[in-house]
Amino acid sequence: MLQTQNSDSIIEVKNLTKKFGDFTAVDNISFDVKKGEIFGLLGPNGAGKSTTLRVLSTLARPSKGTASIGGYDIVKEDTEVRKLIGLVSEKMIMYNRLTAKENLWFFGSLFNIPKDELNKRIEDLLELVELTKWKNSQVGTFSTGMRQRMNVVRALLNLPQVLFLDEPTLGLDPQSSVEIREFIRKLNKENGTTVILTTHMMVDADLLCDRIAIVDHGKIVALDTSPNLKKMINGENSAIIKLDIPNLSPDLLAKLQALDCADAVSQESPTELKVHVHGNEAFDTIIDSIRKNGGKISSMENLQPTLEDVFLHITGHQVRDAATEKIPMEQHRHFGQAPNRIR
Amino acid sequence: MINMTARSLISHCGRIAWKDLTELFRNRLGLILLIVMPLFMMVMVGFIYPSGNTSISNMPVGLINQDSGYNNSTLPSQAFISGLYQINTQTNMLKIHNETSVASLKTDIQNGVVDGGIIIPSNFSTCVMCGQQGTLTIMTDQSNPTISEELQGALSGVFNEMSTLLAEHNVQILSPSNVTANNSLAVVQPYSVKTEGVVSGSASYFSFIAPGMVMLTVMMSVMTGLPVAISQEREVGTMDGMMVAPINRLSIILGKALGQTGRGLIQGVIVMALALGLFGVVIHGSWLLVVALLLLGVFSFVGLGIVLTSLAKDQETAQMMMITLMFPMPFLSGVMFPLQQMPWYMQDIAKFLPLTYAADAMRKVMVLGAGIPAISTDLIILIAFGIVMIAIAVPLFRRMMTR
Repeated sequence: MLQTQNSDSIIEVKNLTKKFGDFTAVDNISFDVKKGEIFGLLGPNGAGKSTTLRVLSTLARPSKGTASIGGYDIVKEDTEVRKLIGLVSEKMIMYNRLTAKENLWFFGSLFNIPKDELNKRIEDLLELVELTKWKNSQVGTFSTGMRQRMNVVRALLNLPQVLFLDEPTLGLDPQSSVEIREFIRKLNKENGTTVILTTHMMVDADLLCDRIAIVDHGKIVALDTSPNLKKMINGENSAIIKLDIPNLSPDLLAKLQALDCADAVSQESPTELKVHVHGNEAFDTIIDSIRKNGGKISSMENLQPTLEDVFLHITGHQVRDAATEKIPMEQHRHFGQAPNRIR
Repeated sequence: MINMTARSLISHCGRIAWKDLTELFRNRLGLILLIVMPLFMMVMVGFIYPSGNTSISNMPVGLINQDSGYNNSTLPSQAFISGLYQINTQTNMLKIHNETSVASLKTDIQNGVVDGGIIIPSNFSTCVMCGQQGTLTIMTDQSNPTISEELQGALSGVFNEMSTLLAEHNVQILSPSNVTANNSLAVVQPYSVKTEGVVSGSASYFSFIAPGMVMLTVMMSVMTGLPVAISQEREVGTMDGMMVAPINRLSIILGKALGQTGRGLIQGVIVMALALGLFGVVIHGSWLLVVALLLLGVFSFVGLGIVLTSLAKDQETAQMMMITLMFPMPFLSGVMFPLQQMPWYMQDIAKFLPLTYAADAMRKVMVLGAGIPAISTDLIILIAFGIVMIAIAVPLFRRMMTR
C-alpha cells in the first residue's frame, strides 16, 4: 500500500479507540507523527499512553479506528509494520540467564538478518552503549542502568524507522536518565529515527520532544510543541504567580479561590501559594483581596510555566498526584482528588 | 514463497527452543531437580507398592496354647507347634512370642508388641483325635490392614503346608500299598497352578509403572510446562519482544513447545535410565518404537497444551491448571495402578484421557515386546487426538495473541 496522505507523516492515527470490557483506555484519538520527529505522549499512569503504544506497535488490536505506520495498516499489514518498528517496553525485554550477546542474537535472529550483518550490528550496538566489556556476562548480573541500555539497543537491531519507547527513564537514577535521553536524541539526529515515547516525567517531555500530546483519561487534551503549550498559560492574558503569605489561613484561601480571575489555586507549602490567573487586572485583584482579608505578602513572583502547569491548567489536576501509584493497564483507575488542589 | 515461509517458521521455532533450553541449562538448581524429581517419583511409587514376591520376615506374633488335650494327650497341638517352629526356622517369617491369655495378647497387640496372634483353642486335640477338623483362630491388628493381611497370608502358608503334610501322612496310612511318598501329594491336591508370562522372567511393579512414568513425564512437560512457560514470558514482558518481531505467531508457540519437548525428553530419558539401571526394568520391544511412541505422545499433547495456554491468562492460573491436571492424571490413566482395578465409572473417564492409550502402548512395547500391529488402536487414537486438539488450539491461540 502506498502512502495515502501527507508524505511527511510516518504515523497516522485516526479515531483510535481501545476498550477493555467496559473501560475505555484510549478514547477516540487522532494524531499524526512526522518523519524524523520525537513525539511525546505525556500524562499520568493509566491515562492510556501505554495502551496507545501497544496498539501502534501491533501488540494489541484497536477496538475502533485505524492507524498506519509508514503507510502500512497496523491491523491488516501488521507483519510489514513490525519490520519498521522497534519497541522499548517499560518491562525489560531480555532473558536474565542469557548473556548480553546471546540476548541480542536471539532477538535479532527473529528478523531474518543475515548472520554476518547481525553479528556486526550486535558488536556496534554493544559498543554504542558501552557494554562490549560485558557482552559475555548474563544480563541478570547487570545494574538497572545497564539493563535499560540493553533494553534500548535490543529494539534497534532491525534498524527501525520508528522507535517506540514506553517510559524509557522509569526507575532510573538521574545520571542514567540523562544518558538515555542523550542516546535517544543522538539516534534521532544521526539515523533520522522517528521516536514516539510515553512518559509521565515532565523533564523527559520538555527536554526531548519536538511535539507533545497531553493525554488524560484516554483523550488527547492538547498537542503542540513545548513552547506553544506553555504559551497557553503564559499568553497575553494569563500568568502564574507564586505568593508567600506568612499568615496564610484557610479562610483566605477560600476567598482567593472564589475570585473570578483565579483559574487554579494550589498550595505548595504552609505559606506558599501558586495561582493561575487571567485578565489584565488579575495581579491587582489578587493583592487587594489578600490585603483586605488581613493577609501579608512577603514575596511575589511571576513564574515561568512548566509542562506541569500546563497539565494542571488543562486538566485541573496534577500529573504527579495520579502518577504516585502504578495502576495496572487493564484496570479501572480512579483519580483521587489532589490533596493540595483547592479549586 | 511458501517454502520461504516454512523455512523461516522452522528457523524461528528452533531459535526459540534453543533460547529456552539455554536458559534451562544455565539454571543449576533446576537441572538438579530435573533429575531428582523423576528419581523421587520412581522410588516412591516403586517402593510404596512393592512387587508380589515380598517376603515378610520376623513379624512378631503371639502364640496361645489353650489346648486341654484328649485323654491327657496334647499330641495334635504339640505337633502343630513343633511344625510351626520347624517351618519358621526355614522361612524366618514369624517371631513367635508365647502369650498366656487372650487378654494379654490383645494388650500386646494394642501396645504394638506383636502384630497378631495365633490361638489354639481348648478343644483342638479333641477335635483332631475324634476325626473332626481342628480349628485355629488368628487374631489380627485391624488398625493396620496391610499387616493383618500379610499375617493371614503368612499363617495360611504355614497351615497349608502343615495340612498337606498331615494329609499326605494320613493318605499313606490309609493305603500304604499303592501310594508312595512321591504321588501322595497328587491324591491330596490333584490340581495345581503354574503361572507363565508372555516374556520370560518375572515382572516387578517397576516394569509396570516405568513405561507409564516415562510417558507421563514427557507429556506433562508439553501439556502443563507450556502454559507455565508462556504465561511467565507474558508476565515478565519478554513475550512482547517476540511479538513485535515480524515472525509467524505459530513459530512462537511451536518454538516454546519444542523447547518444552526437549526438556520433557531429557526427563523421560532420565526416568528410563533410572528404570533400566537402578530398578532392573528390561525393554522387551524395539527401542525405535519406544522413541517413536515418546514423540507421538508429545504430538498428541501439544494441542492440549496450547489450548490450556490460551485459557491461562496469567502464571498463577497456569500453575493451578498444572497442579489440577498433574495430580489425577497418573492415577486416572492407569500409570500407577492397573485400570482394571478401578470402578467402572473411573474406567470410563480413563477412556477419554490420551495418556491412558499412550501408557498402554508404551507398556505393551516395553514389557510385552509388542510390535506396531498390537498397539495400532492406541496409535490411531493418539494421532486422532493430536490432530483434533491442534485444530482447536491454533485458532484459539491466534485469538489470544491478538487481543
